[in-house]
Amino acid sequence: MKSIADLLAEVPTFVGLSEGHRELIAGCGQNVIFKRSEYVFREGEPANTFFAIRRGSVALELSAPSTLVIETLHAGDVLGWSWLFAPYRIRTDARAMEEVHAIAFDGACLREKCEADHDLGYELMKRFAQIITARMQATRLRLLDVYGAPVAEPRS
Amino acid sequence: MTIADVPERFRVASSRRENEDTWTVELEPVGRQGLDFAPGQFTMLYAFGAGEVPISVSGDPRRPGTLVHTVRAVGAATRAVCAVREGDELGVRGPFGRGWPIGDADDLDVVLVAGGLGLAPLRSVVYAVLAERERYRRLVLLYGGRTPDQLLYRDELAAWSGRDDVEVRLIVDAADQTWHGQVGVVPAVVDRAELDGGGAIAMVCGPEVMMRYAVEALVTAGLPAERVFLSMERNMRCAVGHCGHCQWGPSFVCRDGPVYSWSEAEPWFGIREL
Repeated sequence: MKSIADLLAEVPTFVGLSEGHRELIAGCGQNVIFKRSEYVFREGEPANTFFAIRRGSVALELSAPSTLVIETLHAGDVLGWSWLFAPYRIRTDARAMEEVHAIAFDGACLREKCEADHDLGYELMKRFAQIITARMQATRLRLLDVYGAPVAEPRS
Repeated sequence: MTIADVPERFRVASSRRENEDTWTVELEPVGRQGLDFAPGQFTMLYAFGAGEVPISVSGDPRRPGTLVHTVRAVGAATRAVCAVREGDELGVRGPFGRGWPIGDADDLDVVLVAGGLGLAPLRSVVYAVLAERERYRRLVLLYGGRTPDQLLYRDELAAWSGRDDVEVRLIVDAADQTWHGQVGVVPAVVDRAELDGGGAIAMVCGPEVMMRYAVEALVTAGLPAERVFLSMERNMRCAVGHCGHCQWGPSFVCRDGPVYSWSEAEPWFGIREL
Protein backbone atom coordinates (compact mmCIF):
# COMPACT_ATOMS: atom_id res chain seq x y z
CA MET A 1 0.00 0.00 0.00
CA LYS A 2 1.31 3.43 -0.96
CA SER A 3 2.19 5.90 1.75
CA ILE A 4 0.78 9.43 1.79
CA ALA A 5 4.22 10.69 0.67
CA ASP A 6 4.15 8.30 -2.31
CA LEU A 7 0.64 9.43 -3.25
CA LEU A 8 1.68 13.04 -2.87
CA ALA A 9 4.44 12.56 -5.44
CA GLU A 10 1.77 11.66 -8.01
CA VAL A 11 -0.19 14.90 -7.54
CA PRO A 12 0.91 17.37 -10.27
CA THR A 13 0.89 20.32 -7.88
CA PHE A 14 3.50 18.67 -5.67
CA VAL A 15 5.77 17.19 -8.34
CA GLY A 16 9.35 18.35 -7.88
CA LEU A 17 9.20 18.92 -4.14
CA SER A 18 12.20 17.67 -2.19
CA GLU A 19 11.71 14.40 -0.35
CA GLY A 20 12.06 16.22 2.95
CA HIS A 21 9.32 18.70 2.14
CA ARG A 22 7.12 15.92 0.80
CA GLU A 23 7.51 14.05 4.09
CA LEU A 24 6.67 17.20 6.03
CA ILE A 25 3.48 17.75 4.05
CA ALA A 26 2.58 14.07 4.12
CA GLY A 27 2.80 14.21 7.90
CA CYS A 28 -0.26 16.48 7.85
CA GLY A 29 -2.25 14.25 5.45
CA GLN A 30 -4.68 11.35 5.70
CA ASN A 31 -6.79 9.39 3.21
CA VAL A 32 -10.49 10.28 3.16
CA ILE A 33 -13.55 9.16 1.20
CA PHE A 34 -16.69 11.18 0.50
CA LYS A 35 -19.93 9.60 -0.63
CA ARG A 36 -21.79 10.91 -3.63
CA SER A 37 -23.56 14.22 -2.82
CA GLU A 38 -21.72 14.57 0.48
CA TYR A 39 -20.29 18.02 1.11
CA VAL A 40 -16.50 18.18 1.40
CA PHE A 41 -16.80 21.66 2.90
CA ARG A 42 -19.30 24.52 3.07
CA GLU A 43 -18.99 28.22 2.43
CA GLY A 44 -18.10 30.21 5.55
CA GLU A 45 -16.45 27.38 7.45
CA PRO A 46 -12.92 27.87 8.77
CA ALA A 47 -10.44 26.93 6.04
CA ASN A 48 -8.13 24.57 7.84
CA THR A 49 -8.05 21.72 5.32
CA PHE A 50 -7.26 21.22 1.66
CA PHE A 51 -7.54 18.10 -0.48
CA ALA A 52 -5.69 16.34 -3.26
CA ILE A 53 -8.34 14.48 -5.28
CA ARG A 54 -7.24 10.94 -6.16
CA ARG A 55 -10.47 9.64 -7.67
CA GLY A 56 -13.87 11.14 -8.49
CA SER A 57 -15.12 14.66 -9.13
CA VAL A 58 -16.07 17.56 -6.88
CA ALA A 59 -18.40 20.45 -7.76
CA LEU A 60 -17.69 23.92 -6.41
CA GLU A 61 -21.03 25.59 -5.82
CA LEU A 62 -22.46 28.95 -4.91
CA SER A 63 -26.02 29.49 -3.74
CA ALA A 64 -27.49 32.84 -4.67
CA PRO A 65 -30.20 31.69 -3.87
CA SER A 66 -30.44 28.88 -6.43
CA THR A 67 -27.38 26.66 -6.51
CA LEU A 68 -24.95 27.15 -9.36
CA VAL A 69 -21.99 24.89 -10.12
CA ILE A 70 -19.14 27.25 -10.91
CA GLU A 71 -16.35 24.72 -11.46
CA THR A 72 -15.68 21.03 -11.24
CA LEU A 73 -12.44 19.49 -10.02
CA HIS A 74 -11.19 16.02 -10.84
CA ALA A 75 -8.51 13.43 -10.11
CA GLY A 76 -5.13 15.12 -9.85
CA ASP A 77 -6.60 18.50 -8.87
CA VAL A 78 -6.08 20.24 -5.56
CA LEU A 79 -9.22 21.41 -3.80
CA GLY A 80 -9.01 24.40 -1.46
CA TRP A 81 -6.54 27.24 -1.18
CA SER A 82 -8.18 29.46 1.45
CA TRP A 83 -6.24 27.64 4.19
CA LEU A 84 -3.10 29.52 3.07
CA PHE A 85 -4.51 33.06 3.11
CA ALA A 86 -6.11 35.09 5.87
CA PRO A 87 -8.90 35.19 6.97
CA TYR A 88 -8.80 31.39 6.37
CA ARG A 89 -12.49 31.09 5.45
CA ILE A 90 -14.03 28.77 2.83
CA ARG A 91 -15.47 30.73 -0.12
CA THR A 92 -17.66 28.11 -1.83
CA ASP A 93 -19.43 24.85 -1.14
CA ALA A 94 -17.68 21.72 -2.41
CA ARG A 95 -19.88 18.68 -3.13
CA ALA A 96 -18.81 15.20 -4.17
CA MET A 97 -20.42 14.46 -7.58
CA GLU A 98 -19.64 10.77 -7.13
CA GLU A 99 -17.65 8.79 -4.59
CA VAL A 100 -14.46 10.77 -4.06
CA HIS A 101 -11.16 9.46 -2.76
CA ALA A 102 -8.79 12.18 -1.61
CA ILE A 103 -5.94 13.03 0.68
CA ALA A 104 -6.99 15.59 3.28
CA PHE A 105 -4.26 17.87 4.59
CA ASP A 106 -4.38 19.73 7.87
CA GLY A 107 -3.78 23.28 6.66
CA ALA A 108 -3.47 24.73 10.15
CA CYS A 109 -0.66 22.26 10.88
CA LEU A 110 1.00 23.10 7.56
CA ARG A 111 0.79 26.84 8.19
CA GLU A 112 2.84 26.31 11.35
CA LYS A 113 5.38 24.22 9.43
CA CYS A 114 5.61 26.95 6.78
CA GLU A 115 6.32 29.56 9.46
CA ALA A 116 9.08 27.37 10.86
CA ASP A 117 10.51 26.48 7.44
CA HIS A 118 10.25 29.38 5.00
CA ASP A 119 11.67 27.27 2.15
CA LEU A 120 8.67 24.97 2.52
CA GLY A 121 6.40 28.01 2.77
CA TYR A 122 7.84 29.47 -0.44
CA GLU A 123 7.46 26.17 -2.31
CA LEU A 124 3.85 25.86 -1.25
CA MET A 125 3.13 29.52 -1.98
CA LYS A 126 4.50 29.13 -5.52
CA ARG A 127 2.40 26.06 -6.16
CA PHE A 128 -0.82 27.45 -4.76
CA ALA A 129 -0.25 30.74 -6.59
CA GLN A 130 -0.27 28.68 -9.81
CA ILE A 131 -3.60 27.13 -8.86
CA ILE A 132 -5.09 30.54 -8.07
CA THR A 133 -3.68 32.02 -11.31
CA ALA A 134 -5.19 29.22 -13.39
CA ARG A 135 -8.58 29.66 -11.69
CA MET A 136 -8.44 33.43 -12.18
CA GLN A 137 -7.63 32.99 -15.89
CA ALA A 138 -10.51 30.57 -16.27
CA THR A 139 -12.82 33.00 -14.48
CA ARG A 140 -11.74 35.84 -16.79
CA LEU A 141 -12.37 33.68 -19.83
CA ARG A 142 -15.86 32.88 -18.61
CA LEU A 143 -16.54 36.53 -17.80
CA LEU A 144 -16.03 37.24 -21.50
CA ASP A 145 -19.06 35.03 -22.16
CA VAL A 146 -17.53 34.03 -25.50
CA TYR A 147 -20.41 31.72 -26.41
CA GLY A 148 -23.04 34.29 -25.61
CA ALA A 149 -21.80 37.11 -27.82
CA PRO A 150 -22.32 36.09 -31.46
CA VAL A 151 -20.31 37.59 -34.28
CA ALA A 152 -22.64 39.82 -36.28
CA GLU A 153 -23.39 38.62 -39.78
CA PRO A 154 -21.93 40.65 -42.63
CA ARG A 155 -24.06 43.56 -43.79
CA SER A 156 -25.46 43.05 -47.26
CA MET B 1 -18.81 21.02 -58.69
CA THR B 2 -18.95 24.45 -57.08
CA ILE B 3 -21.78 26.92 -57.67
CA ALA B 4 -19.62 30.03 -57.77
CA ASP B 5 -21.57 32.95 -59.16
CA VAL B 6 -25.35 32.72 -59.04
CA PRO B 7 -27.17 31.00 -56.19
CA GLU B 8 -29.09 27.86 -57.09
CA ARG B 9 -32.35 26.81 -55.49
CA PHE B 10 -32.38 24.33 -52.62
CA ARG B 11 -35.52 23.16 -50.85
CA VAL B 12 -35.78 22.83 -47.08
CA ALA B 13 -36.25 19.17 -46.19
CA SER B 14 -36.31 19.77 -42.45
CA SER B 15 -35.57 22.34 -39.80
CA ARG B 16 -34.77 21.50 -36.21
CA ARG B 17 -34.28 23.85 -33.30
CA GLU B 18 -31.01 23.17 -31.44
CA ASN B 19 -31.33 25.78 -28.69
CA GLU B 20 -32.89 29.20 -28.08
CA ASP B 21 -31.36 30.89 -31.15
CA THR B 22 -29.86 28.13 -33.31
CA TRP B 23 -31.46 25.87 -35.92
CA THR B 24 -30.20 23.03 -38.12
CA VAL B 25 -31.66 23.00 -41.61
CA GLU B 26 -31.40 20.21 -44.16
CA LEU B 27 -31.54 21.27 -47.80
CA GLU B 28 -32.04 19.28 -50.97
CA PRO B 29 -31.17 20.55 -54.44
CA VAL B 30 -33.96 21.52 -56.83
CA GLY B 31 -33.33 20.16 -60.32
CA ARG B 32 -29.66 19.42 -59.90
CA GLN B 33 -27.33 16.95 -58.22
CA GLY B 34 -26.16 17.35 -54.67
CA LEU B 35 -23.00 19.18 -53.69
CA ASP B 36 -19.82 17.27 -52.89
CA PHE B 37 -18.06 19.03 -50.05
CA ALA B 38 -15.10 18.56 -47.77
CA PRO B 39 -15.59 18.90 -44.00
CA GLY B 40 -14.71 22.46 -43.00
CA GLN B 41 -15.90 24.08 -46.23
CA PHE B 42 -18.75 26.60 -46.25
CA THR B 43 -21.51 27.74 -48.54
CA MET B 44 -23.15 31.11 -49.06
CA LEU B 45 -26.78 30.73 -48.02
CA TYR B 46 -29.14 33.23 -49.62
CA ALA B 47 -32.42 33.97 -47.87
CA PHE B 48 -34.35 35.60 -50.68
CA GLY B 49 -35.06 39.22 -49.88
CA ALA B 50 -33.01 39.17 -46.67
CA GLY B 51 -29.39 38.60 -47.66
CA GLU B 52 -26.57 36.12 -48.11
CA VAL B 53 -24.39 34.69 -45.33
CA PRO B 54 -21.44 32.29 -45.16
CA ILE B 55 -22.31 29.15 -43.18
CA SER B 56 -20.15 26.07 -42.57
CA VAL B 57 -21.40 22.74 -43.81
CA SER B 58 -22.17 20.51 -40.83
CA GLY B 59 -23.51 17.38 -42.51
CA ASP B 60 -22.13 14.04 -43.60
CA PRO B 61 -19.73 14.30 -46.57
CA ARG B 62 -20.89 10.85 -47.72
CA ARG B 63 -24.38 12.24 -48.24
CA PRO B 64 -23.86 15.04 -50.76
CA GLY B 65 -27.53 14.94 -51.67
CA THR B 66 -28.39 16.58 -48.37
CA LEU B 67 -26.79 19.87 -47.44
CA VAL B 68 -26.87 20.44 -43.68
CA HIS B 69 -26.25 23.77 -41.99
CA THR B 70 -26.50 24.83 -38.38
CA VAL B 71 -27.28 28.53 -38.17
CA ARG B 72 -27.49 30.99 -35.30
CA ALA B 73 -29.95 33.84 -35.69
CA VAL B 74 -27.92 36.99 -35.21
CA GLY B 75 -29.02 39.29 -38.06
CA ALA B 76 -31.58 39.74 -40.81
CA ALA B 77 -30.29 37.00 -43.14
CA THR B 78 -29.60 34.38 -40.45
CA ARG B 79 -32.95 35.09 -38.80
CA ALA B 80 -34.61 34.48 -42.17
CA VAL B 81 -32.69 31.20 -42.61
CA CYS B 82 -33.63 30.08 -39.12
CA ALA B 83 -37.29 30.84 -39.82
CA VAL B 84 -37.58 28.54 -42.85
CA ARG B 85 -40.02 25.65 -42.85
CA GLU B 86 -40.15 22.40 -44.76
CA GLY B 87 -40.74 23.13 -48.45
CA ASP B 88 -39.34 26.67 -48.38
CA GLU B 89 -36.44 27.48 -50.66
CA LEU B 90 -33.04 29.06 -50.12
CA GLY B 91 -30.31 30.01 -52.58
CA VAL B 92 -26.96 28.28 -52.28
CA ARG B 93 -23.50 29.03 -53.66
CA GLY B 94 -20.51 26.86 -52.88
CA PRO B 95 -18.98 24.91 -51.38
CA PHE B 96 -16.02 27.21 -50.85
CA GLY B 97 -12.70 27.32 -49.07
CA ARG B 98 -10.11 24.96 -47.70
CA GLY B 99 -11.45 22.36 -45.29
CA TRP B 100 -10.00 20.32 -42.45
CA PRO B 101 -6.89 18.22 -43.29
CA ILE B 102 -8.50 14.82 -42.73
CA GLY B 103 -6.20 13.31 -45.35
CA ASP B 104 -3.23 14.08 -43.10
CA ALA B 105 -4.74 12.39 -40.05
CA ASP B 106 -4.04 8.74 -40.95
CA ASP B 107 -2.56 6.77 -38.03
CA LEU B 108 -2.83 9.78 -35.75
CA ASP B 109 -5.06 10.62 -32.80
CA VAL B 110 -7.73 13.01 -34.06
CA VAL B 111 -8.45 15.68 -31.46
CA LEU B 112 -11.43 17.95 -32.10
CA VAL B 113 -11.83 21.00 -29.88
CA ALA B 114 -15.08 22.89 -30.29
CA GLY B 115 -16.76 25.78 -28.54
CA GLY B 116 -20.41 26.78 -28.95
CA LEU B 117 -21.48 26.85 -32.59
CA GLY B 118 -17.95 25.71 -33.51
CA LEU B 119 -19.08 22.11 -33.24
CA ALA B 120 -21.03 22.51 -36.50
CA PRO B 121 -18.08 22.36 -38.95
CA LEU B 122 -16.38 19.71 -36.81
CA ARG B 123 -19.40 17.41 -36.86
CA SER B 124 -18.57 16.66 -40.49
CA VAL B 125 -15.13 15.53 -39.35
CA VAL B 126 -16.68 13.16 -36.82
CA TYR B 127 -18.83 11.62 -39.57
CA ALA B 128 -15.81 11.26 -41.86
CA VAL B 129 -13.62 9.67 -39.18
CA LEU B 130 -16.34 7.27 -38.03
CA ALA B 131 -16.92 6.20 -41.65
CA GLU B 132 -13.32 4.98 -41.88
CA ARG B 133 -12.56 4.49 -38.21
CA GLU B 134 -9.68 2.06 -38.76
CA ARG B 135 -7.59 4.74 -40.47
CA TYR B 136 -7.18 6.73 -37.28
CA ARG B 137 -6.15 6.14 -33.68
CA ARG B 138 -8.05 7.90 -30.88
CA LEU B 139 -10.96 10.15 -31.73
CA VAL B 140 -11.24 12.75 -29.00
CA LEU B 141 -14.00 15.35 -29.02
CA LEU B 142 -13.66 18.16 -26.49
CA TYR B 143 -16.68 20.45 -26.56
CA GLY B 144 -17.49 23.49 -24.49
CA GLY B 145 -20.60 25.62 -24.24
CA ARG B 146 -22.24 28.25 -22.12
CA THR B 147 -24.76 26.00 -20.38
CA PRO B 148 -25.85 22.37 -20.87
CA ASP B 149 -29.04 23.31 -22.72
CA GLN B 150 -27.07 25.37 -25.26
CA LEU B 151 -24.92 22.48 -26.42
CA LEU B 152 -25.60 21.42 -30.01
CA TYR B 153 -26.51 17.94 -31.27
CA ARG B 154 -27.19 16.56 -27.80
CA ASP B 155 -28.61 13.26 -29.09
CA GLU B 156 -25.53 12.63 -31.20
CA LEU B 157 -23.21 13.65 -28.38
CA ALA B 158 -24.92 11.03 -26.20
CA ALA B 159 -24.60 8.41 -28.94
CA TRP B 160 -20.91 9.17 -29.53
CA SER B 161 -20.26 9.12 -25.77
CA GLY B 162 -21.65 5.60 -25.67
CA ARG B 163 -19.16 4.27 -28.21
CA ASP B 164 -15.92 2.62 -27.18
CA ASP B 165 -13.99 4.24 -29.99
CA VAL B 166 -14.90 7.87 -29.32
CA GLU B 167 -13.89 9.93 -26.29
CA VAL B 168 -16.30 12.79 -25.65
CA ARG B 169 -15.63 15.35 -22.94
CA LEU B 170 -18.12 18.14 -22.42
CA ILE B 171 -17.57 21.27 -20.37
CA VAL B 172 -19.84 24.23 -19.73
CA ASP B 173 -19.30 27.68 -18.23
CA ALA B 174 -21.96 27.15 -15.58
CA ALA B 175 -24.61 24.60 -14.67
CA ASP B 176 -27.08 23.58 -12.03
CA GLN B 177 -26.76 20.45 -9.92
CA THR B 178 -28.46 18.21 -12.49
CA TRP B 179 -25.42 18.46 -14.80
CA HIS B 180 -22.98 15.60 -14.28
CA GLY B 181 -20.30 16.79 -16.69
CA GLN B 182 -17.46 19.21 -16.19
CA VAL B 183 -17.80 22.90 -15.42
CA GLY B 184 -15.00 25.23 -16.44
CA VAL B 185 -13.29 26.32 -19.64
CA VAL B 186 -12.26 24.36 -22.73
CA PRO B 187 -8.48 24.56 -22.10
CA ALA B 188 -9.09 22.66 -18.86
CA VAL B 189 -10.48 19.66 -20.75
CA VAL B 190 -7.57 19.83 -23.18
CA ASP B 191 -5.22 19.61 -20.19
CA ARG B 192 -7.10 16.59 -18.81
CA ALA B 193 -7.37 14.67 -22.09
CA GLU B 194 -3.90 13.07 -21.70
CA LEU B 195 -2.99 13.75 -25.31
CA ASP B 196 -0.04 12.21 -27.07
CA GLY B 197 1.17 15.41 -28.67
CA GLY B 198 3.65 13.69 -30.94
CA GLY B 199 1.00 11.40 -32.42
CA ALA B 200 -2.00 13.68 -32.68
CA ILE B 201 -3.59 16.18 -35.02
CA ALA B 202 -5.98 18.79 -33.65
CA MET B 203 -8.81 20.74 -35.27
CA VAL B 204 -10.21 23.69 -33.34
CA CYS B 205 -13.31 25.76 -33.98
CA GLY B 206 -15.09 28.28 -31.78
CA PRO B 207 -14.92 31.88 -30.67
CA GLU B 208 -11.45 33.32 -31.27
CA VAL B 209 -10.72 33.87 -27.58
CA MET B 210 -11.53 30.23 -26.88
CA MET B 211 -9.38 29.09 -29.80
CA ARG B 212 -6.45 31.15 -28.56
CA TYR B 213 -6.44 29.40 -25.18
CA ALA B 214 -7.25 25.99 -26.66
CA VAL B 215 -4.36 26.21 -29.12
CA GLU B 216 -2.05 27.24 -26.28
CA ALA B 217 -3.12 24.16 -24.29
CA LEU B 218 -2.66 21.90 -27.33
CA VAL B 219 0.83 23.23 -28.05
CA THR B 220 1.70 22.84 -24.35
CA ALA B 221 0.51 19.21 -24.65
CA GLY B 222 3.18 18.73 -27.29
CA LEU B 223 1.28 19.09 -30.58
CA PRO B 224 3.44 20.76 -33.22
CA ALA B 225 2.06 24.01 -34.65
CA GLU B 226 1.79 22.50 -38.11
CA ARG B 227 -0.61 19.81 -36.80
CA VAL B 228 -2.95 22.20 -35.01
CA PHE B 229 -5.66 23.62 -37.27
CA LEU B 230 -8.29 26.24 -36.65
CA SER B 231 -11.21 27.63 -38.60
CA MET B 232 -11.27 31.41 -38.88
CA GLU B 233 -14.38 33.53 -39.20
CA ARG B 234 -14.19 36.79 -41.12
CA ASN B 235 -16.50 39.04 -43.09
CA MET B 236 -16.90 36.83 -46.17
CA ARG B 237 -19.00 38.27 -49.00
CA CYS B 238 -18.06 37.12 -52.50
CA ALA B 239 -16.59 33.80 -51.23
CA VAL B 240 -14.22 33.55 -54.21
CA GLY B 241 -11.38 35.88 -53.19
CA HIS B 242 -12.37 38.86 -55.32
CA CYS B 243 -13.98 41.45 -53.09
CA GLY B 244 -11.32 41.57 -50.36
CA HIS B 245 -13.71 41.91 -47.41
CA CYS B 246 -12.29 38.85 -45.67
CA GLN B 247 -8.62 39.66 -46.18
CA TRP B 248 -6.61 38.46 -43.22
CA GLY B 249 -2.92 39.19 -43.37
CA PRO B 250 -1.74 38.05 -46.78
CA SER B 251 -4.71 35.74 -47.36
CA PHE B 252 -8.41 35.78 -48.08
CA VAL B 253 -10.24 33.65 -45.56
CA CYS B 254 -12.92 32.62 -48.09
CA ARG B 255 -10.39 31.30 -50.57
CA ASP B 256 -7.25 30.38 -48.57
CA GLY B 257 -9.13 29.41 -45.40
CA PRO B 258 -11.28 29.18 -43.45
CA VAL B 259 -9.05 26.41 -42.08
CA TYR B 260 -5.46 27.35 -41.32
CA SER B 261 -2.69 25.56 -39.50
CA TRP B 262 -1.46 27.30 -36.38
CA SER B 263 1.95 27.70 -38.04
CA GLU B 264 0.19 29.71 -40.78
CA ALA B 265 -2.16 31.62 -38.50
CA GLU B 266 0.08 32.48 -35.55
CA PRO B 267 1.78 35.55 -37.11
CA TRP B 268 -1.61 37.16 -37.77
CA PHE B 269 -3.71 35.81 -34.94
CA GLY B 270 -2.53 38.21 -32.28
CA ILE B 271 -2.65 41.39 -34.38
CA ARG B 272 -5.61 43.37 -33.10
CA GLU B 273 -6.26 45.37 -36.25
CA LEU B 274 -6.69 42.29 -38.45
